[in-house]
Order: sequence, then C-alpha cells, then structure tokens
Amino acid sequence: MPGVALLVFREVMEAALIVSIVCAATRGVARRGLYVATGIGLGIAGALLVAMGASLISRLASGSGQEVFNACVLLSAVLMIGWHVVWMSSHGRELAQQMNAVGSAVKAGSSSLTLLLAVVAIAVLREGSEIVLFLYGMAIGGIGTVGLTGGMALGVGGGALLGFALYFGLLRIPMKHFFQVTNWMLVLLASGLASTAARFFVQGDLLPSWGTQVWDTSWLLSNGSLGGQTLGILVGYDASPAGIQLVFYATTLLLLAGGMQWLNRAAPTPSSRTRSLLPDPASESLR
Amino acid sequence: MKHPFLVAAPMLLALAGTAAANDLPEYTLVIKNHVYQPSKLKVPAGTKFRLIVNNQDATPEEFESTDFNREKIVLPNSSITVYVGPLRAGNYGFFGDFHQSTAQGRLIVE
Repeated sequence: MPGVALLVFREVMEAALIVSIVCAATRGVARRGLYVATGIGLGIAGALLVAMGASLISRLASGSGQEVFNACVLLSAVLMIGWHVVWMSSHGRELAQQMNAVGSAVKAGSSSLTLLLAVVAIAVLREGSEIVLFLYGMAIGGIGTVGLTGGMALGVGGGALLGFALYFGLLRIPMKHFFQVTNWMLVLLASGLASTAARFFVQGDLLPSWGTQVWDTSWLLSNGSLGGQTLGILVGYDASPAGIQLVFYATTLLLLAGGMQWLNRAAPTPSSRTRSLLPDPASESLR
Repeated sequence: MKHPFLVAAPMLLALAGTAAANDLPEYTLVIKNHVYQPSKLKVPAGTKFRLIVNNQDATPEEFESTDFNREKIVLPNSSITVYVGPLRAGNYGFFGDFHQSTAQGRLIVE
C-alpha cells in the first residue's frame, strides 16, 4: 500500500499543482467550478483511453510514438496557456472592471476558460494514464483490494491536499497583484512544459540535444526529490537540462512575456485597472 | 493574438534538423520479475547510445531515470528504445517507476 500511495501521490501532485494555478488564474470567473470539474472528468476519461491505447501509441512513429504523443500533448497545453495569458493581458482591464461591478460573476473570462479547461484535462490525462497502467499492473500482481483502494485514497488525498494548499496560498496574494502573479505563474508553467516536450523529442531522437547536460545541479536539488519535482512543475526546474530544452524554455518565456507586456502597454490606461480593483469584502465573495 | 502560434514555429522547424541514428552503439536491459538485468550497465562517456529495455513481465513498467532524464512506459512482453547521452563520466541511477522496491539499476559511465 505505501508503494501505491507514493506513486499515485507523485502523479496526482503534478496534476493538482497545475489545476490549482488554473483555478487561481480564473478566480471570480462565472461557472469556473463547472469548467474545472469538466476538465478533470475529461482528463480521467482521456487517461483511461490513453492507457487502453498504450500499445497502439507505442507502435506509432517507428517506436517513438510515446515521445511524439507526450510532446504534442505538452505543446498543445503550452499553446492554450499562451493564448490565455495573452488574452488576459488584452482583456484584463474589462475583466477587472466587471469584477468590481458584479462582484461574483465575471463573464468576460469564459471565452478563454474553455482553453484552461483543456489544460486541466491534459494535466489529468498525462498523469492519470500512468496511474491507470500502474494500478493495472498492481491488480495483476495480486495486491488485493484493500492495498489498492487504500493506496489510491492516500495518494489522491495527499496530492489534492497539496493542490489546495497552493490554491489557498495563492488566494492570499493581494488583489492588486493577483492576476499579475497568476499570469506569470502560468507563463513559467508553460515554459517548463515546453522544456519537457523538448526532452521527449530528444529521448526519441527526433531533435538534436544541443548538449545533453548543460549544467548539473542534482547535488543541490535532484529531479527525483519532492522539491525538485514540485519546482519542475511550477517553474520548469531541471537539474541537468539539455541545450534544446533551454531553447524551448526561453522561446516560450520570451514570446509569452513579450506578448503580455506588449498588449498590456497597448491597452488604454492600464494603471486605472489596478486602482479600480475591489475592496476586501468583494474579494471574499469571489472565492 | 497570433503569438501563441509563433511559439510552435521555431520548435517545429528544429524538428527538421535531426541526424540519422543508425550507427549508434546499442545496449539492452531486460526486466524480469520486476528486476533489471543487468542491474549495472557500463557505457562509454561522451557517446550517445541507444538503450533497449525489454520487459518480460506480464505487467507494465515505466523505465525512468531522474539522473539522466528519461521516462518511457514499457508494456508487458515488449521492448522500447530510448536515446541517451552523450553523458559525462559518472554513476547514474535508473529505476522502474511501477516497482521501485526491486527495479533499481545503475548506469556506469566511464
């Protein structure tokens, strides 16, 4: 049971961190809970499908199917997050005004909410399909119902708890800076996902590595440690990245940050939106 | 609004620049009873190589290394290929993510 709990926890944690950031970034948007729940549901359904189709995926692209699949899934998440943050930058002002006026229901966010729903689904699908294959193997190995369900419950519970901790931690950020912070977190998350996509391309020999170990900080914080794994999701930390991963990371970071800044500046009187933001009682109701 | 799509362009362009991998050295690991054979694999430093992992168990496994950054599902009674390196000399751990208590191995790079 501890083995099951640990593996499930590590996988759930990765998805939960992403879901938490998405939840925070869509704070105050109407029907957000429904979107996130749908995203998780679709992700679980997708995970089952991917696990069942694992042998088909493996055989694709002359044996590199898994790498191509993972990289494409990751890159589509990068695109959707990118679209969202750039969209937020150009519509942030009206969003903030509406939040001020309506207090609870912000409809302006829903157009890019669908994209973030897909990001949630992708995060759950990726980690979920590994859990499904793992549990399938455990079931064949005769672990027994108690060990399986107990381990599942502990792992999912622990991972979800960590996600909630991050979410409620983020809610403590003052409203004035809130969306700025969540947008930057999304940008770093997307950059990290792009870097991971590059790693899959290198693993399948589909891209040159441009130096396999540009640096090595595993003595300080290894990829396998809990801290390393958490930072890996949140900011794309990698103890010994390949050169091409850095290129993917930097390209994503520069494009998204650049797009955000550019649209922020283009938006009329951006400073008025921070000033117009809500007093505390209103922000309470947004939770 | 076109910015997100520009993200993919340089990445996809880079796909074109991949070298053929036919004359790379090849090494094989076998997973049996959730144990890697051999558990210590010697490979040359500074050389890229192809690593075949053959899972002879009836359960899926995930070949994984956080030391040299690889992870790939190996289905029951099948093989996968991952490309590794060139690595600096040293000692790199790998494991089976689904059976970590037994499936442990090391890559000795020298």
